[in-house]
Amino acid sequence: MSTSDVTDNPGTGAPVPPQTPLVGPADAARYESRFSALASGTTSSVMRDLMAITEKADIISLAGGLPDTETFPREIYDEIVGQIGTDFLASSLQYGPTDGMGELREQIAKVMADEGARVRVDDIMITTGGQQAIDLSIRTFVDRGDTVLAEGPTYPGAAPCFTAYGADVTHVPMDDDGMREDLFEEAYERLAAEGRPPKILYTVPNFQNPAGVTMSLERRERLMEFAHRVGLLIIEDNPYGQIRFEGDPLPTLYELDDGAGWVVYLGTFSKILVPGMRVGWAVSPPQVLRKMNLGKQAADLCSSTYNQRFVAEYLKRYDYREHVARVCELYRGRRDAMLDALAARFPAEATWTRPRGGLFVWATLPDFIDTTALQAKALERQVAFVPGEGAFLDGRGRNSMRLNFSSVPEAVITEGIGRLGEVIGEVIALHEALNPGSR
Amino acid sequence: MSRVAVLRGGPSLEREVSLRSGTNVELALGRLGHEVIPLDADAHMVRALREARPEVVFVALHGRGGEDGTVQEILEILKIPYTGSGVLASERAMDKVVSKALFRGADIPTPHGYAFSKEAFSKMGAADALPEIQQSLGLPLCVKPARQGSALGISIVREPGDLGGAILNAMGFDDRVLMERFVPGRELAVSVVMANDPWALPLIEAVPLGHDFYDFEARYTPGETELRAPRDLDEATAQDAAAVSIAAARTLECRGIARVDLILDDEGRLWVLEVNTIPGMTDTSLLPKAAEVAGIGFDRVVADMLELAALDT
Repeated sequence: MSTSDVTDNPGTGAPVPPQTPLVGPADAARYESRFSALASGTTSSVMRDLMAITEKADIISLAGGLPDTETFPREIYDEIVGQIGTDFLASSLQYGPTDGMGELREQIAKVMADEGARVRVDDIMITTGGQQAIDLSIRTFVDRGDTVLAEGPTYPGAAPCFTAYGADVTHVPMDDDGMREDLFEEAYERLAAEGRPPKILYTVPNFQNPAGVTMSLERRERLMEFAHRVGLLIIEDNPYGQIRFEGDPLPTLYELDDGAGWVVYLGTFSKILVPGMRVGWAVSPPQVLRKMNLGKQAADLCSSTYNQRFVAEYLKRYDYREHVARVCELYRGRRDAMLDALAARFPAEATWTRPRGGLFVWATLPDFIDTTALQAKALERQVAFVPGEGAFLDGRGRNSMRLNFSSVPEAVITEGIGRLGEVIGEVIALHEALNPGSR
Repeated sequence: MSRVAVLRGGPSLEREVSLRSGTNVELALGRLGHEVIPLDADAHMVRALREARPEVVFVALHGRGGEDGTVQEILEILKIPYTGSGVLASERAMDKVVSKALFRGADIPTPHGYAFSKEAFSKMGAADALPEIQQSLGLPLCVKPARQGSALGISIVREPGDLGGAILNAMGFDDRVLMERFVPGRELAVSVVMANDPWALPLIEAVPLGHDFYDFEARYTPGETELRAPRDLDEATAQDAAAVSIAAARTLECRGIARVDLILDDEGRLWVLEVNTIPGMTDTSLLPKAAEVAGIGFDRVVADMLELAALDT
């Protein structure tokens, strides 16, 4: 493009028609031969393609993991943005430190104190959403082929990180009290005996995504005891801890570690405030933090200064716990609507978890049902969910599904679960017709 | 130069694939100098088409709705010429059971098969007839949803006990399933240009790497399938493949460019599996590869498809 093309189109002028690329399908090979091993590892999957349809407007999507951002008050938003303009214009438009804004890190220490953990401000690093904290922590510890323990099912968003860095993931089954401690220890011992002890355990102890269950106090204590004994590093991912509808808060693993340095803690403002700001954090001993800092420098130098300032100003002026209380009130109603609908409309052969907080219910269907194929049928009825296979790296979970209740109004949840129940009922009836002796 | 609306996306399970096809088509049309109007085949499609007033519609949709005669019927009513097959030909090709019956009627070799609807199982006890089907077709056998593209819902049954599960899986994608004799062999595809004097592009072989067969993931993940112009096939086989493919497309009365999927078995016999009236146009698809091998390039194929755009009536 010549310079005259640019000057002919001032910022306010007509849109510049995009250049037509000369690259056609035959040129795909040019890139393929050049893709890194890391990029080539990402494959196309039926599930991912099906998920593309769930974004269409007329679909009842129980597939999302979205908090409800309608709950954030407009006046507060305007006030904070105005304040940033008056007091922090230049600095909020400038680069910031890789570890994050000092003032915000101090506030994060207070947020963590609300959950019972005492944290050194210097041990906190701000990340671009909790997702970056997951990515950084995994890449800091995991080499290709290293074994990693994770819950089964595990957070579907962590799966691509495990895959990208070549982690060999062993899933530990869960029940209503979270990860089965006995099976966890068994898995650890087995891998250790094979000469490849797990590098890390990745766990979401509170209102786990996708299972919705919470690790009991007894299991937390036993887990930390075991970790201290064998020397196992734990990545504790806690996005949902404060999204509690009932029961008493439990101590985080970080708190139970009591400064011993075996827990890297990951937090986020996505669920307790809003996800669009992309502000999360990691807490770890300085030796680890330095490595994560190097990783973050390569990834994005620093998280958005403007967004950090927004969160800091919000925390300075308002008690975020009031916002959390509003959110919890809203989600509790939606969870109840989902549990009621499941009881009324899902077939007797199905089971599901009863989360006391968080965003998700995990339902398990008879093992002859493949939920990815079921998704195709459900989409015909304009309803979507996340097929369970996305929450496992070993092909399990094919008869399970994740159902989100936080982003859909109660009446819509009832309707969506009703439709799903019908679709599942049809498949079960068909299975019986195909296997006349099965009843 | 024409005003061309490219229909892509849509509500089918192959939405993503269609978006990828559509992008390649849009870029090619742009290079050919046409005015391109990309449109999603959604609830506003008819209104959007009326407003956009295209001279011709390029249908880059795959699967249900876009490839089964639905969109074609709408374009007939709107009287906008469109690429690819007409209403009935689309319906015939989309339904593997219907096309198989037509192939047999026209003496086009196709593997033997049986089809059952959901009702056959739920209301007429068809499950009791499965042993006979298994007996007749032998193992392994192939189970496919009657109307679904991109190999979604297809499985190969190797053990006697797996047939029920395979049917259940296929029923997730359509209410009717085809059980077909599995013909082991090489997977070939011939793209045919159904002009007044039909001709075929060079045949392409799909060699899935590390997959059971040319399934969904093998189709759309770069590097999981090798598409190649087989050098070891004799000229006669290539000619036969072209002839039988043109015959298959003609039997269904296809228009434009269609892709015929075949198996070349170990004895050198050709079997027609199905005809695709809207061949994939993604980077990893067979038709673009055929255009490359033919030395005519992707843009020429797009130009030909546009040239052959028409209305049934």
